[in-house]
Amino acid sequence: MTDSSAGWIVSPSPHTHSGDSVSRIMITVIVALVPSLVAGVIVFGWDTIRLTTICVATCVVAEYIVRTMMRRDIGITDWSAVVTGILLALNLPPTLPGWMAIVGSLSAIVVAKQLYGGIGYNLFNPALVGRCVLLISFPVAMTTWAVPAFVPNASAVDATTMATPLGAWKTAWASGNAPASFFETYPIRSLILGNRPGCVGETSVVALLLGGLILLWRRCISWHTPVLFIGTVAVFAGVLHQADPARNLPAAYHVFSGGIFLGAFFMATDMVTTPVTRSGMLIFGAGCGLITMIIRKWGGYPEGVSFSILIMNALTPLINRFTRPRTFGHKGREMEK
Amino acid sequence: MELLIQTLIIGGTGLVCAAILAVAARFLSVHEDPRVEAVGNLLPGINCGTCGFAGCGEYARDIVLHGAPINLCKPGGSEIAAKIGASIGVQVPTDERQVAIVLCKGDDGAVKRGVDYNGLLDCSAAQQIGGNGKPCRYGCMGLASCARSCPVGAIEIRKGLAIVHPDLCISCAKCVSVCPRKLIRMIPESRSIHVLCSSMDRGPDVRKVCSVGCIACTLCAKAVNNQGISMKNNLAVVDYSVPLSDEGVIAKCPQHTLEKRVGGKGVCA
Amino acid sequence: MITLGALFNPRGGIHPAYHKDSTESLPVEAMPVPKSLYVALNQHLGAPSKPVVKKGDVVVRGQPLAEPAGYVSSWVHAPTSGVIRSVESRLTASGQLGPVVEIEADGRDEGLPCTSAPAEWRNLPARELVEMVLAGGVIGMGGAGFPTQVKLLPPQGKVIHTLIINGAECEPYLTADYRIMIEQSEKIRQGVEILHRILNATKVFIAVEDNKPAAISALEKAFRDFAGELAIVVVKTKYPQGAEKQLIYSCTRREVPSGGLPMDVGALVENVGTATAIVDAVVAHRPLVERIVTVTGDAIGQPKNVLARTGTSFRDLIAFCGGIRGNPGKVICGGPMMGVAQSSIDVGMNKTTSGLLLLSRAQIQQYSSMPCIGCGRCVQACPSGLLPCFLSENIEAENYGEAEALNVLDCIECGACAFECPAHRPLVQHMRMGKAKVLQRRRQREAKAGQKEKAS
Repeated sequence: MTDSSAGWIVSPSPHTHSGDSVSRIMITVIVALVPSLVAGVIVFGWDTIRLTTICVATCVVAEYIVRTMMRRDIGITDWSAVVTGILLALNLPPTLPGWMAIVGSLSAIVVAKQLYGGIGYNLFNPALVGRCVLLISFPVAMTTWAVPAFVPNASAVDATTMATPLGAWKTAWASGNAPASFFETYPIRSLILGNRPGCVGETSVVALLLGGLILLWRRCISWHTPVLFIGTVAVFAGVLHQADPARNLPAAYHVFSGGIFLGAFFMATDMVTTPVTRSGMLIFGAGCGLITMIIRKWGGYPEGVSFSILIMNALTPLINRFTRPRTFGHKGREMEK
Repeated sequence: MELLIQTLIIGGTGLVCAAILAVAARFLSVHEDPRVEAVGNLLPGINCGTCGFAGCGEYARDIVLHGAPINLCKPGGSEIAAKIGASIGVQVPTDERQVAIVLCKGDDGAVKRGVDYNGLLDCSAAQQIGGNGKPCRYGCMGLASCARSCPVGAIEIRKGLAIVHPDLCISCAKCVSVCPRKLIRMIPESRSIHVLCSSMDRGPDVRKVCSVGCIACTLCAKAVNNQGISMKNNLAVVDYSVPLSDEGVIAKCPQHTLEKRVGGKGVCA
Repeated sequence: MITLGALFNPRGGIHPAYHKDSTESLPVEAMPVPKSLYVALNQHLGAPSKPVVKKGDVVVRGQPLAEPAGYVSSWVHAPTSGVIRSVESRLTASGQLGPVVEIEADGRDEGLPCTSAPAEWRNLPARELVEMVLAGGVIGMGGAGFPTQVKLLPPQGKVIHTLIINGAECEPYLTADYRIMIEQSEKIRQGVEILHRILNATKVFIAVEDNKPAAISALEKAFRDFAGELAIVVVKTKYPQGAEKQLIYSCTRREVPSGGLPMDVGALVENVGTATAIVDAVVAHRPLVERIVTVTGDAIGQPKNVLARTGTSFRDLIAFCGGIRGNPGKVICGGPMMGVAQSSIDVGMNKTTSGLLLLSRAQIQQYSSMPCIGCGRCVQACPSGLLPCFLSENIEAENYGEAEALNVLDCIECGACAFECPAHRPLVQHMRMGKAKVLQRRRQREAKAGQKEKAS
């Protein structure tokens, strides 16, 4: 009854596939991050390579060891640990000591990813958890910013460090004064090109946008989250600026400085920790933008992208639940039993 | 002063809560028959659900309050039924312990695999697309759905074939309903002679795919005069309601489909 | 008659590689009757037919082999003349064991003596026409195999006002329906006229995907002077456009309610092949014993559109089409999206077998699945608006209650989700298992409720 000469394969339908895979998506993300890495090298020099190497190596080795210890199949071939490593490196200040980068990488891979069950099961974006652990544990090192390669207004800078645009604005207003020669120190052109103090990979809007377009083109992300994220920030900042132009930065400054582009294209679009429905992605993006601006305006930190994405990560299961599409042939949206 | 106020506020809140809890415990408490607890303590407490109740506690309540039969606990067996009987003063009906057996002997050595399977490692999922490539359409696929359903780990997958360890079996029969090919039967543990095949194919077709399958040669049924083994749909079937002790019949089978297996405690398959 | 662009676009869907070019321009070739035929008695949905022949009987072409065993069942006829070798349980094209009649052909291929001249069906009442459809053993030839006469007799209170002829053929590789539309457009028209007479439908839609312009123009020519209200609807090319519920939506924007039938929205969908089979059954009193099947794939010697008798084994079909080429990996009955991978080629084809696909080992990817990474592509692809990712996770965890709440029963198993899944999760297999388990739980629940009612 059977034909044993030809070794047929039986499998459930469908028998064809789009050809995409998790590792391909991850490799695409890595490729999309290359422009930002290059920009980081140009602006901050050797430190970019140093941090990226440390983070990627630590992430991959940690993933390998933990998977082996948990007796799971070694999942490093999916390249996700490499992506986490690069993303974490791009989220660190250039002068951060290497051992701190290792601590951050371990928090990302061991705590945020593998203890939750590995790829697919983590609730929070591992790279952002790593960054926030460092930010809370080593606040000084994490907010000491190197001077970028081409400073436009050298007189505003002491020898080795310089404040980020958002940091400078916030610190000055904390003591009740407008920052001196702010718009000369941080011209909008430098913000877009990336020639400003900040995390290794967050400064160059052009490079990040290029990477984002690669991701959109390869269908690795959809436009919903980034557009809503950036749009919400722009609208919120614009309204604030209109209300009190002296105390609030123009919308362009909020959008182009800080980590909005890195967050919107590479972190808020992380598949595992964000909603699966289109409407959910819209809500997620808007929520990120809103929380970011609330932190920036009223919170203690000058920047709020990391925390806003982590908070929205926590809300993702809820968003998924409430944005369930209407099933074909059913009347309304049945939310719950 | 400030310290004192803070201590008072927090301590006071705690006291009020404690008072509410104390009152609630008194007025909202559920009175339970002490016999329910006694019977509940006798039951194994693994909540396997074989008795037909939601768990051991539920079953204990039904025994005491609604007079449910006391011998429904399969894992506990007659031993526990006797204890329950003694505890609440009810006679115990005696039944022989039932154990599960997989009526297939076609492991990877006996059945040649001509087809690869790329899909879920679950028997019912594989059965929906016609099996996992083992050429026999009746035999065990070895994807371990029964083993996963067994609450005590009494089923082992050995070379692509499920084997029940009768000494560990707690008679819950969960595996019986899980098997999509209906290969598992519950039998009295004293029965020792089995026809380990379920294929209804004709002899030549069986021979093509399996070296230990029943080829319907009828030798075994003739040897016992159809007493205890009879032919049904190209297959020799053991009637477990009839005790079969003549072990000579085992040697009659040219395919070695017949096998002696003893199901008592402490004996391994 | 008018030709319309896509009226409404159903949600979801995917765009796989279509691979239709190797057979779409090839005219249908009739295959000689093979020596042995294996006619399954469970080709249709519903109760398997009851055999009326036994081993050793001599039959001629068109003679009944089995009779309907219930309301939703069908006749099965002998595809050629010869001797019945056996009536027993064998492997069928569904991948499962089923009752199969094996016929050894005598090579003469004699038919029943012609009883009557071509019927003057225009004068016959609808009831009698339906009887003829039943007697011809006509079932839905698109794939599901639902007995056609059952669809034509809506129960009291249901009115069918919209007839949709399905020529979408959205499965990759398959061109059988396409060839029918090009070569037999006149016959399709006759079939539509018969259906029109039976149902008295007010609207007729013929739905074709926009990647088949030749079929559209052939149909336009055939239906030029059609009297009733008829539109050829050019629907968007995407998978699963040809799924019954999706096609009804594309034409009428009505959604068949969950768990309901097309007649609940007054619609009836018939495949183009079924329409021609109805013509044979009604006009020529010729039962359904042959169909067009696309034999294709990169592991077949010579891809063809073959007119073959039901029960022709896949082995004979492959031999007729130049044999196996290269290193074959999979033989699939049907298309690549919903077809059934076969474990043997000694299996007879059915009335519903629209294609036989041989893929080489290089073409098939064998995957091991990963955990879901939550990309949401399955959600965007699902035509039923389900969340395949969460369903799969819940079913994997045996959390069938949640699967039921997430409407697993509305899954049409089209495979769009699994096609897109980058983690290669066996989503369709999860859905199928989940559906079976949910239905089983439902039955248990109902049985328990019934018992309680009895007790009280």
